[in-house]
Formats: sequence, C-alpha cells, structure tokens
Amino acid sequence: MPYTFNTPEDQQAMLDAIGAASIEELFAPIPSSLRLKRPLDIPAAMGELELTQHIQTLAAKNEHAGQKICFLGGGSYDHFVPAVVDAIASRGEFYTSYTPYQPEVSQGNLQVTFEYQTLICQLTGMDVSNASLYDGGSAAVEAALLCMSVTKRSRVVTTASVHPEYRQIIETYFTHLNAELVTVGSPDGVVSVEELANAVDDNTACVLLQQPNFFGCVEEAERVARIAHDRGALLVVSCDPISLGVMKRPGDAGADVVVAEGQSLGTPMQYGGPYLGIMACREQFVRRMPGRIAGQTVDRRGTRCWVLTLQTREQHIRREKATSNICTNQGLFALRAAIYLSALGPQGLREVSELCLQKAHYAIEQIVADDRFELAFPQPVFKEFVIRDTKGKVAEVLAECHELGILAGIPLAKWYPDLADCFLVTVTEKRTKHEIDQLADSLTRASVTDSVVSV
Amino acid sequence: MRNTRATQPIFELSKPGRRATRFPRPDVPARPIEDLLPEHCRAAAPPPLPELTEPDVVRHFTNLSTLNMSVDTHFYPLGSCTMKHNPKRNERLANLPGIADLHPYQPDETVQGLLQLLYELQDMFAEISGLPAVSLQPAAGAHGELTALMVAAAYFDDLGEKRTKVLVPDSAHGTNPASARMAGFDAVTIKSDPRGLVDLDDLRSKLDEQVGVFMITNPSTLGIFDDQVAEIADRVHKEGGLIYLDGANMNAILGIARPGDFGADMMHYNPHKTFSGPHGGGGPGAGPICVTDKLGPYLPSPVVCQRDGRFALDYERAKSIGRVRAFFGNVGVLVRAYCYIRTHGPDGLRRASENAVLNANYLLSRVKHFLPVPHGERCMHEFVATASELKKTKGISAMDIAKRLLDFGYHAPTVYFPLTVSESMMIEPTESESKETLDAFAEALFRITDEAADLLHEAPHTTPISRPNEVQAARNPVLKWTSC
Repeated sequence: MPYTFNTPEDQQAMLDAIGAASIEELFAPIPSSLRLKRPLDIPAAMGELELTQHIQTLAAKNEHAGQKICFLGGGSYDHFVPAVVDAIASRGEFYTSYTPYQPEVSQGNLQVTFEYQTLICQLTGMDVSNASLYDGGSAAVEAALLCMSVTKRSRVVTTASVHPEYRQIIETYFTHLNAELVTVGSPDGVVSVEELANAVDDNTACVLLQQPNFFGCVEEAERVARIAHDRGALLVVSCDPISLGVMKRPGDAGADVVVAEGQSLGTPMQYGGPYLGIMACREQFVRRMPGRIAGQTVDRRGTRCWVLTLQTREQHIRREKATSNICTNQGLFALRAAIYLSALGPQGLREVSELCLQKAHYAIEQIVADDRFELAFPQPVFKEFVIRDTKGKVAEVLAECHELGILAGIPLAKWYPDLADCFLVTVTEKRTKHEIDQLADSLTRASVTDSVVSV
Repeated sequence: MRNTRATQPIFELSKPGRRATRFPRPDVPARPIEDLLPEHCRAAAPPPLPELTEPDVVRHFTNLSTLNMSVDTHFYPLGSCTMKHNPKRNERLANLPGIADLHPYQPDETVQGLLQLLYELQDMFAEISGLPAVSLQPAAGAHGELTALMVAAAYFDDLGEKRTKVLVPDSAHGTNPASARMAGFDAVTIKSDPRGLVDLDDLRSKLDEQVGVFMITNPSTLGIFDDQVAEIADRVHKEGGLIYLDGANMNAILGIARPGDFGADMMHYNPHKTFSGPHGGGGPGAGPICVTDKLGPYLPSPVVCQRDGRFALDYERAKSIGRVRAFFGNVGVLVRAYCYIRTHGPDGLRRASENAVLNANYLLSRVKHFLPVPHGERCMHEFVATASELKKTKGISAMDIAKRLLDFGYHAPTVYFPLTVSESMMIEPTESESKETLDAFAEALFRITDEAADLLHEAPHTTPISRPNEVQAARNPVLKWTSC
C-alpha cells in the first residue's frame, strides 16, 4: 500500500468521527448478495524493485527501434524527439494536472493550449484549431461527422490511398448512423481523379483525402478540392505534419478541414498510442467543431488570460445534442507538439522535412538497384514508398531482413490483397546513409538467399 | 518572483534567425527539391512558426507549468475525476525503450513481452469487473461508452431486433447521452428519486421492447451505491435489453463488488482515474471495455490472444464491429494501469477502495455540519454537498466557494455537476490523501463559509488571474494569437 496514508490509529479516529463501527459498515449500501465474497484472482502485490525487474524483463522481450533499424511507418513514425520535449513534459505540474476547469489555477495549461492551437493554424494554414482529439484516425471520423453536420448531407467520399485503418474506423462509426462511405480506387498509387469526379454528388458532405497518402505518394490536392467544391462538398485533408516543411499547407491547397496524426511532433511510438489527433478548420465551422477549445479573454482586473470556450458545443452542457461525445483532449501530447514546433521553428521543420525527402529518395535508388525490387507506383513521394517484390515473397524477404536486424517495411496484403507482393518502406531523418545501405544490402541478400532456396 | 516576460505568448518571444534544434546536412547525395516534388504540392516557404532558442523554450514552458495546480503539488478533490497520486515508478517503466519505442506494426514475435503484459491486463480487467471479454482499444472513457453501444447495436442486429432507445439517468455524465446518439440511438432521460437513485416508476414507464441499453453509473455521480441495481438489471434483461455500467466510479468498489455480478453486461474503465494514469492536463486517458461472453464476439478487432505459448493479435473475428481506433490502443496508459494493479495485488486494490471510501466519509462527516449533503449521511468514494442554503441566506454560491478554495491552496471540487443538485459541489478526496490534509481542507471550507460575501465574490485573490470573463471569450472568440 505505497500510496495511502491512513494508519490503524487514523482509521479508528476517522471511523469514530463518522460514527461507524468499521470500514465494512461503510459498504453497507452494497447488498451482501451483490458482493464479491473472495479475494480477486489477480497476482499478489509487488514492491517497486520487483515490479521494475518484472517490467524490465517484459520490455527486454521486445525488439525496440533503438535495437532494430526501423523503416516502419504507416501513420506512426520513428522521428527524433529533442530532449527539451521530454524535460518539460515530464514536469509534474503539467502531466499530473487535469482539464482546466478552474482557469485561475490552470493558466499554464490554457496558455499552452492556446499556443498549440496557434501553432497548428500556422502549420496547416487553417483559421482555427481545437485543443486536440484522441488520434489521427478519430480526428478523421470526427471531421467527416463535422462536414455532414455543416452540409446536412450524409455521404462521404474517400480514396483507397487513405490510411486503411482510418477508413475502417469511419465504416464502424457509420454502421449505425444514416451515413454512407464511398471509397474511390487509387490504381496508380493516387486517387483516380475521373472516378472521384463521378463519385462526388449533391449529397456528398466531403471528400476525405490523405496527403501524402498511405502509399507515401503525393496527391493533386487542389484538383480534388475543385471537384469537391464544384458539388458543394467540403475537402478534408489528413496530412503528415512533418511534410509541411517542404509541402504546401492543406489550407493553401483548398482544404476546409485538416486533420493529422500528431505523434510525429514529439511523441514516442508506444506501440500505437496514446497519440495526438490534430483538427483545424475554416472559421465558419468553429461552432460545429468537436472537442475542447481555448480562447483568450481578460480577467476582472483586465489582465490577458485564457479559458476553455464555446463550451455549448460540448457534451457536458449539451448532452445528446453535443457536436460529439468526446470529453478529453490529449493535453500532454498537445504540449509536446507545442514544445517540438517551438524548438524547431520554420527552419528546423524545413530541415527535418528535407532530410526525410532526400533520404527516402536515396533509399528508393538503392533498393531498386536490385532488379528484383521496383517502385510500385510512378508517383512523387515524400518519406514513404511502396516496393514491389517481383518474386512475390514479401513475408520471406521481410523475415530475412529482420534476421539481419532491420524492420524493413509493412506488408500491404492485409489491407490490399492486390498489393500482396508489396511492402511500405518509410525513411525518417533518423535513418543514416549507412542504415539505408544496410537495408538495400539486406534486401539483396534476402533476394540471393531466396534464389538459393528455390534452386 | 513571477517571470512575466518568459510567460508572454511564445510568439511574442520570437526573433528571426533563432532556433533550438538544428538537424545535420543530408548524409546522402541531395537532389534539387524541384526534381523530387511537383510544383503543385511544394511550399513556397516553411510555415511561419516562432523562432526561439532552447533557453527561451525551457524558460517559457517551465514558467507556464508553475501556473498550474496539479496532483504533484496540491490536494485536488475534483469529484468524478479521481485525482489520486500518479506513481513515479509507472512513469519510468512506461518510458522504457522496450515499451515506448515500439512501432505498432512490428511483427508479433518482436513484441512478445508487451503482448504478454496486455494479455495479462485483459485478464485482470476481466477479473476485476466480473465481465470476461475485454477490448483495450478505446482511447478514452467516452470512446469506451460509444464502442460498447456499437457492440450492443451489432448484437441486436444479429438477433434481428430493432432497438432504438438508450435510457440514461439524469445524474449521468454528459458523455452517456452523447455517446448514445453517436451510436445511432435516441437517448431517453430517467429521473432520479428523492434519494438520488434511479426512479423505478419512471424506469417502468419508459422501459419497453424499443430499449436497447440502460446506462447506469454505480456508484452514482452522487457517490451513492444504487442498491436497486440488481432489480433494474432484472427488469431490463426481461425486456431483452442490456445494462451498461459507466465505470468512472470504480475506485469505490475494487475487490468489493463486481459490475458483472450485479447485473452489468458491459462497462468501461477509466484507467487514468481508477488505475492512477496521470491526467496530462486533460488527457490522455484510455477506455478499455469489458463485456459478457455473449457480447465478446462483437468487440473491436484485434484482441490479444495466446496460442501455443506465444502471444498474438487476433483479427479473425467475424462478428466484430471492426475498428474504433487506429493501431492497438492507448498502450502507454494501459502499461501504467498494469503497473498500478501489479503494485497493489488483490488486497491492495481492496484496501485502496476501502481507504477512498473511508476518506470520503470522514470528509463528509466534517463538512456536512456547515455544507449540507442532501443525499445522505454516508457516501462511497465521493459526495455532493450543496451551497443552496448559503446562496439564499448570504448570497454565496458554489462557484464563490470553489474560487476561494484556490486562495487556500486547494483545487476546487467539481461544481454544478451533477445537474440534479442545485449549487452542487462534488468532492472526491481519493485514498492517497492523509487525515491531516482532509482536516485542513475541511477547516478551510468552514472558514470560507463564514467569510464575507463580498470577499468571496471577488475570489480568488492570490492567483495569477481572477474571474476571467468567459462571456466575452465565447461572444468574441479569440482562438489563436495574432500579431496585431
């Protein structure tokens, strides 16, 4: 019982004050028939040393990105996190506080949220940002719901090149709502613009596009924006924040709502979460936006300060009429993103973005130097790309690379049966030339091993 | 000694040419960007972010942090939020590279230790709830509610039943009715009776074959265990409906009573409350759900399974509602919950709940003499006091008291919730506070109720700001910094 204070004497004194004979008596409102009459069947307590050794033993059974060279991406990335992010975010005043319900003792969090919102607007080129949502996937579905609410339309058109798990989430949410998700093909790695133009109709609330897309390819966002806007639909762009050091901001390319997975901005991969759902939109939609929003005001003495605002959108006020059921934001990761972006500034973001771009292209050259491997799609890419194994032995090749200490890529068969001979490779700024050369060598060696086996 | 210069908005500290983080030149042959990216997607310039040095960044955010109250620094009796101690060991362990630096799409054989932890956590959550099937995927309590309601909808679809309504008590969290609507149900409110429990007559009149789910928070947001829960479950089950338990208040009953044993078919935990995950200034949380065996097949995919001594992610789930979140879930939060449960063991969890309830009852016994607690002499883990008498006699509101508490160095209780009690103050001390702290807090509350109304109307007096103009903030929203 490392975290409780009450000694037996304290307990007795407290019971006396309450007028109860025992702690047991305090639980009298729970009928005996509903009680658990045995101890919970869970493992016995551990002290800090035992627990530490136990978790260390479990952690040692995992192969982490500091041990294996990580070329995995697909929405979660091994980017560099400056020490200043960890140093500040590990302050107890930040991570052990809660939602700023009392602004007088939460100005730290509120100002950080306001700064985060501003930084996200600067990053995406949008008018307003909320205080964040759960992650990139939930931000995408909330954006779709926002567009349906704004347009009073019930159809969402997306593309096969949008993250397959994001599309699965939208499918799940739409099952019991009066809403339809239409997915347009991306046969050449980017959405078929003709097919998209046919799919967008007068009942389409929005087009959901990913930029760069799940295959790493660059979409023609402005053309897609025109197609959507011509039919009175909105454009939602799910973007990679790191790409915005070199790529056009979605807000400058016609997006009405921008969402993103913010993990890249200073949050470790943690096997998938918790992450940071970024959402920003045009000013006219702000009152339909889900989630918390911080705003500037003055206090009774006229001092500039910050509060949670526009709360009549939210569930604790509006209950079933709220814009969403969402309650929490990801305050700690919004803080990390704010520190990250402040530490990098425009030039730092430009550098990390360019490093990803250059290294990814170098990696492509090295990999396709072996005739067995080819770039699956003839498109410009940012930091990810799809490689086709012309011998179609993706599982074997990736396993061989793993033996050589490299997590070489993500097989695509699970989501794209017609891309069963392909895998997705990601190159962040952390990957050195030497590591990229090792990747290419390993793929080549896997290729040789494989031909030996097949003889 | 406040450094007000450092806490100016960070944009006002910016100066062109400064920065904290510099990356190396590419170690690969660099090509012109024009050759790599087409013109239509190239940025003319990088985003107009602020430009700062590392000392700027450190001083700015460090000084901002000192403007927060937190569990590490203050007593934080925020009802319904279970602001208990956040163990430091959990932070260190969740940040081990063997956990923090794992990619979600790594092959199962490279994450056996983590999958084992998550598998054991599924089992422990099942045992604590008495509900055997578990999904760790939902990202927060409200997300867990929504997921469970989708599970219920899929279950009814499978039975060929069309059920359109979800019943929600008027004292429930606002997320309950909002989640019901997002899962495609109509939310119908059930009144509370004079004791603050579910009004059985109102329930009887609204319960029919259209009702899919009854959502109950037990112990309730009033800190009362609704002893009618088995009868309610019985009635709802007889009509073919399901019981959902909002697990926000599980801190009262760990090892003492299990939702699965008192009639619940589905529930969520808030690991950031009950199992000590830090609240992070408003997140992250997690919202794992537990359901009965018959609802298990509908849970989101994947779940962690064990096959031949190896752990794996199981996607082969034909009846699953699908995904509600990308990747596995809020693993970092779940690892902390695992550490908390393993630190306590069966006796420790039970004693944590016993002390949480003892602390709440003790504080109730000290407070009720000057701040009435309408719903009873006893409580579970929290209680709801009312300032409505003070409001009538002295013009002192719950908000005035909350604000004045800040001057005494205490975070305020939750005020004006639940909506069923006027001028409500919801107080939850948790088990990780001492009798001395509770005595001092009660003393402060008592002194405040005796203070002049004018002093309270302008409270707090010692905080960096006081009584921000929230009406102006909403009427004329300023949601980002601009240079003019």
